[in-house]
Amino acid sequence: METERGLRTRILPELKSLTGRGLAGWMVIIGFGIVISIVTMTLISPWISPYDPSALNVGPLRSPPNGEFPLGTNHLGQDMLSRVLCGGSIMIQVAVLSVLFCLTIGVPIGLLSSYVGGSLDKIFSLIMDSIYAFPGLVLAITISAMLGRGVVNMALSIAVVYIPSYFRIIRSHVLTIKELPYTVAARAIGAKGRTILLQYILPNVVPSIVSVATVNFADAILTAAGLTFVGLGITKDIPDWGWDLTDGRILLPSGAWWVITFPGLMIVLLALGFTLIGEGLNELLNPKLEQ
Amino acid sequence: MGLRSYIATRVLLTIPMVMLLLTFVFLIVRVLPGDPVLLHFEKAASPETIELMRQRLGLDKPLLNQYFEYLAGLMHGDLGKSMQDFSPVGQQIFSAFPATLELAIYSMIIAVGLGIFLGVRSSQSYNSLQDHSIRIFGIVMYAIPIFFLGMIFQMIFGVFLHWLPTGGRIYPGMAPQGLNIGDLHISTGLYTIDSLLEGNVFKFVQALRYLFLPSLTLGLVLCGVFIRLTRSNMLETLRLDFVTAARARGLKEKTVLYGYAFRNAFLPVLTMMGLQFAVLLGGAILTESTFSWPGLGRYLVDRINFRDYTAIQGDVVFFGILIALVSLVVDVLYAYLDPRIRL
Repeated sequence: METERGLRTRILPELKSLTGRGLAGWMVIIGFGIVISIVTMTLISPWISPYDPSALNVGPLRSPPNGEFPLGTNHLGQDMLSRVLCGGSIMIQVAVLSVLFCLTIGVPIGLLSSYVGGSLDKIFSLIMDSIYAFPGLVLAITISAMLGRGVVNMALSIAVVYIPSYFRIIRSHVLTIKELPYTVAARAIGAKGRTILLQYILPNVVPSIVSVATVNFADAILTAAGLTFVGLGITKDIPDWGWDLTDGRILLPSGAWWVITFPGLMIVLLALGFTLIGEGLNELLNPKLEQ
Repeated sequence: MGLRSYIATRVLLTIPMVMLLLTFVFLIVRVLPGDPVLLHFEKAASPETIELMRQRLGLDKPLLNQYFEYLAGLMHGDLGKSMQDFSPVGQQIFSAFPATLELAIYSMIIAVGLGIFLGVRSSQSYNSLQDHSIRIFGIVMYAIPIFFLGMIFQMIFGVFLHWLPTGGRIYPGMAPQGLNIGDLHISTGLYTIDSLLEGNVFKFVQALRYLFLPSLTLGLVLCGVFIRLTRSNMLETLRLDFVTAARARGLKEKTVLYGYAFRNAFLPVLTMMGLQFAVLLGGAILTESTFSWPGLGRYLVDRINFRDYTAIQGDVVFFGILIALVSLVVDVLYAYLDPRIRL
């Protein structure tokens, strides 16, 4: 309940006056616009695709964009437009799942560890710092290679990489809030640890969690594409921008630019949408930088 | 605290971190669901073959024994044996390392140079169209998958314009040998340096041509962070009195920006260079695969395709130790430059 109130009092008024907030406000609006359009496009793709995206030889092989195939066809004669329309589904699923994993694992660990303090906090901090220092993609590749293919596995391997980001930001906030007079007062009147954590501390950390989560979305999409590119993608049977890009590589020397350009641009747009939201929110919710 | 005791503390702190990382990688390969040997053969091998493979790699021993053998091996620079041909992984990694290092150095130069230049320009004209465009440029660069940017460059400069090579480090058989005087042999493995040591300008130019697209790709993707950091630090510094004083004395704007303000905004950029090194190595994996650059990243991807888990483990461990060392060096350098850190 408190969390909800925190959201309402801190975020909603900010969102209402977005247009009056200069570049940051517009970044959030445009970012949301991009993300919502792409998600909608992916959801309704079965009804608007001109061809079955997985069907082979629906047109000539490697045909450049033309009237019948507006985005051309690939080396298997598949229609690129149909593939672009629905190719985001896996990436979006992986990103959503990985953010959910991060929220359900990273947030409680971060809150508890920094609130309790002591050796528990030291151990968690050491573990999180070690993971944080490591190249995310290398770690995600290693875990993903061991877990095997699958949307959940891919999301898990990405989540492991980003949990430390949540941990660190939450920890830095909790350490400050823990010592603020209103928290100390709550403790003095006998409030339980759980109450203090959930009703006094969490609502104040929510804005930071939101901005980490949006960046996490963008990173998850890029990492998912990267995992696919190194050969750890889900399955080639489902149309996916990542696979189309990876497969399109072999067509590069022939100059078939349309095979990689359109799926690639879709990944850029989706990641850009989330990055814009993240950047904008970060500036709106932490106005320090602006002053 | 003196510099020496700071270094000692920092080294002592690095040890548990590296140990934790080594243990983590060891456990990922052995404890996560998915037996490396079974995965290697994709279940298409007789139980005898699988058992033999386990024995040869020492994967049949109790976990704790394996763990100590793994650590003892690392002490001697032994990174394990490849599952494919039982060759030592360490050797392959050491021979691939210079390629990655060279790519990393040039990408970092591009990222930092471009980042500082654009960051200063951006801060100079706060809230103007130029400032906004530079910021948007940084954000867009961040959102581009590295391999997509690489492929676009390959297509434009390689396939359509034929200006630059699209893959490899240099023509086959043209690798520079380094300096050879009598018995003295000096070779760094970095082609741009080796070609100069050899005194061969043609090879140097070729090495640069091959390096250009991969390092530009990686540098562009990384430069956003440096733009943002330089911009925010410059915005803070430009408001300080000494900058106003320098301007009042009639110094040229360029001198004020780079000679006065930027010198004070540089330390955070240096720290960021250390932090970004890990991101750089991650990005190198994708860049190397895109440009067939024979470094550690391509080696890793290659091993993934062969399901060579012991080699993957070795490569990842090497990455981990490398990053721990770099962050150690950066911290020490930082403490040297800014005595406040040591307090």
